[in-house]
Amino acid sequence: MSFRMPIVRCGLTALALASAVKVLAEDTAALRLIPAGTYEPLLRSSQDPARIPVAAFLLDERPVTNADFLAFVTANPKWRRSLVSRLFADTSYLQHWSADLEPGPAAPLRAPVVQVSWFAARAYARWAGKRLPTTAEWELAAAAGYDRPDGRNDAALKRDLYAWLARPVPAVFADATSLRPDFHGIRGLHGLVWEWVDDFNTAMVTGESRADTTLDRNLFCGAGSAGASDTTDYAAFMRAALRASLKADNTTTSLGFRCARDTAPLNAFP
Amino acid sequence: MNLEVREVVGHLADGVEYTFWTFGGTVPGSFIRIREGDVVEFHLNNHPSSKLPHNIDLHGVTGPGGGAASTFTAPGHSSQFTFQALNPGLFVYHCATAPVPMHIGNGMYGMILVEPKDGLPKVDKEYYVMQGEFYTTGKYGEEGMQSFDMAKAIDERPPYIVFNGAVGSLVGDKALGAKVGETVRIYFGVGGPNMTSSFHVIGEIFDKVYPEAGLSLANHNLQTTLVPAGGACVVEFKVDVPGTFVLVDHSLTRAFNKGALGMLKVTGAANRVIYSGKEIDAIYLGAQADAGSDSAKREAELKAKIAAEIKSNPAIAGLTKEMQIEKGKQVYMGLCFACHQPDGNGLPNIFPPLAKSDFLLADRDRAVRIVLKGLVGPLTVNGKKFDSAMPPQEAALTDQQVADVLTYIFNTWGNSGEAFTTDQVKAIRNQTH
Ligand code: HEC
Ligand SMILES: [Cu+2]
Repeated sequence: MSFRMPIVRCGLTALALASAVKVLAEDTAALRLIPAGTYEPLLRSSQDPARIPVAAFLLDERPVTNADFLAFVTANPKWRRSLVSRLFADTSYLQHWSADLEPGPAAPLRAPVVQVSWFAARAYARWAGKRLPTTAEWELAAAAGYDRPDGRNDAALKRDLYAWLARPVPAVFADATSLRPDFHGIRGLHGLVWEWVDDFNTAMVTGESRADTTLDRNLFCGAGSAGASDTTDYAAFMRAALRASLKADNTTTSLGFRCARDTAPLNAFP
Repeated sequence: MNLEVREVVGHLADGVEYTFWTFGGTVPGSFIRIREGDVVEFHLNNHPSSKLPHNIDLHGVTGPGGGAASTFTAPGHSSQFTFQALNPGLFVYHCATAPVPMHIGNGMYGMILVEPKDGLPKVDKEYYVMQGEFYTTGKYGEEGMQSFDMAKAIDERPPYIVFNGAVGSLVGDKALGAKVGETVRIYFGVGGPNMTSSFHVIGEIFDKVYPEAGLSLANHNLQTTLVPAGGACVVEFKVDVPGTFVLVDHSLTRAFNKGALGMLKVTGAANRVIYSGKEIDAIYLGAQADAGSDSAKREAELKAKIAAEIKSNPAIAGLTKEMQIEKGKQVYMGLCFACHQPDGNGLPNIFPPLAKSDFLLADRDRAVRIVLKGLVGPLTVNGKKFDSAMPPQEAALTDQQVADVLTYIFNTWGNSGEAFTTDQVKAIRNQTH
């Protein structure tokens, strides 16, 4: 809050604001270690393995904020709202920001950035020297409880998660660091915003997941649970359904992202 | 046609809030009416403020998923598909996005009527009613914002089974209405997600039932009709006498304890040949219940202790009367309104009024005694004689609830009076009768 107020009140120009922020904001999220584990895909065909080994990796402690994203669009003009190619982001891209370089009152600097496409999230990650986590990585990290590595029986976490699902999307999001950290020291995997993953459109089903003829492999009706590993994890179904509904240029009012990195330092990017 | 999906916060019962996922902003969703043979261009618009993707499976559509596959729509997006209505009937539609039980359980269902080519017979009144369950974390009546309880859903243990998305959505001034001599048609469906309904209207016999909503064949003179989850029926009946007819799921704890209850109010002249009204009334009282268990007494004592603490703080004390009125309203709407009516005016010759009742306002202790111990025998309220019986409520209500409901009736409908305290109630509860 105190971060944003003086800027709004003095009415600095967009340019001055951008340079003021640039001093402190590149990508500032700290990375935490997620130890190696296995991910059991929620939905899979008979050819897919039931358990996928996941190597240890580093994950941002919090989702990417509006301040982070402002630094990114300042450095990369082609990702500004007015300049972005329609191929890479739909018309709602950053619509809640006041201007190209001014997040404004609906997007506090410390709150997670939302209304960003997968293309934009990926470009951000590359700029920050990181990458998006895969579905397997994201789900492995999100399986932790508040105080234990396996959150399946963490009643407090489940309660917070379902309470969040029951609340409508807020007009203004809380600080990205405001949520209780989990066992690995990561905040907001549940209960703040949905998050893009790198392979959002392939993790669940192969081929065209939205075709009318592949109903049996899609997330509809009873069919939604035909090949599911744990049909009682409704929240996991919701994440899977959300990912399946998206195209890479889509943006929504509750969808943001965070970055990951391999444990060994990266020397080149793809 | 356009249908908008919106996730909205609304009332599930008095004091109970819930985030409903809706087709068109209401539970059930907008009633869609088309005719056999119509070609429909259907747009499903998912509001930008939605958290989740949604779709629609119309049971009246022939094609994969009833449209579900073609309408899977991310928040802030819109999908289109076109279908031709091949089969006449009344069909349920619902969201079919995983986890389906949660999408339906949060209110995502409605109905589409495909009228036969030459239409349906004319009736005087048509109504749209759907039953569905809600799996809340809190138990029935627990106040505040409730969220969906996955474990209860999987065990099929809903705290709420209601008509049209809320307890009381069809009672009081929201009751259905008709005039004596009119023919009423109800399009009744069950959204579920899990429970079937034994649909019944107390005091009526269905002249016609189109079982399972197939419109070519009607059954006649039925009492209760079974409606499957994800199914519907059409019932028709002529109302011959005035009065309040109660719609229920005849699996009756659902009506009595979970909310599956609605009302049809019929006005017009009485017909004593068809229904005489009450001819004889004699009193019969079985043994009355014990004056509360030990634990209830202990609870009341603790509450009295708390009340005393609060009373000593003037800032809080000012607020407590208002709060008592609010809580008392909930007790009233749960327990008293069926007899004394939501407007407190009672029913002529049977249930005396509480609104501006001279009898009530004359004696506060007597009022406490009536609520606790009941009342039998003749009395005069506002110049009108009543000679009936009111059942004792002392087993059902805590001292606090008695104090609250009395504070409510003493400060509503033009009545005014001081708040009641639990001490007052306790003193009278402990009197031997
Ligand atoms: C089953 C129907 C029924 C219910 C439920 C019921 N009452 Fe009554 N009530 C009556 C009848 C009948 C009388 C008149 C009794 C008589 O004729 O002796 C009455 C009388 C009264 C009276 C005194 C008469 C007057 O009009 O002032 C009060 C006060 C009263 N009821 C309050 C309540 C309250 C408060 C509740 C809920 C806690 C309640 N009643 C629930 C049927 C009911
Ligand atoms: Cu839905």
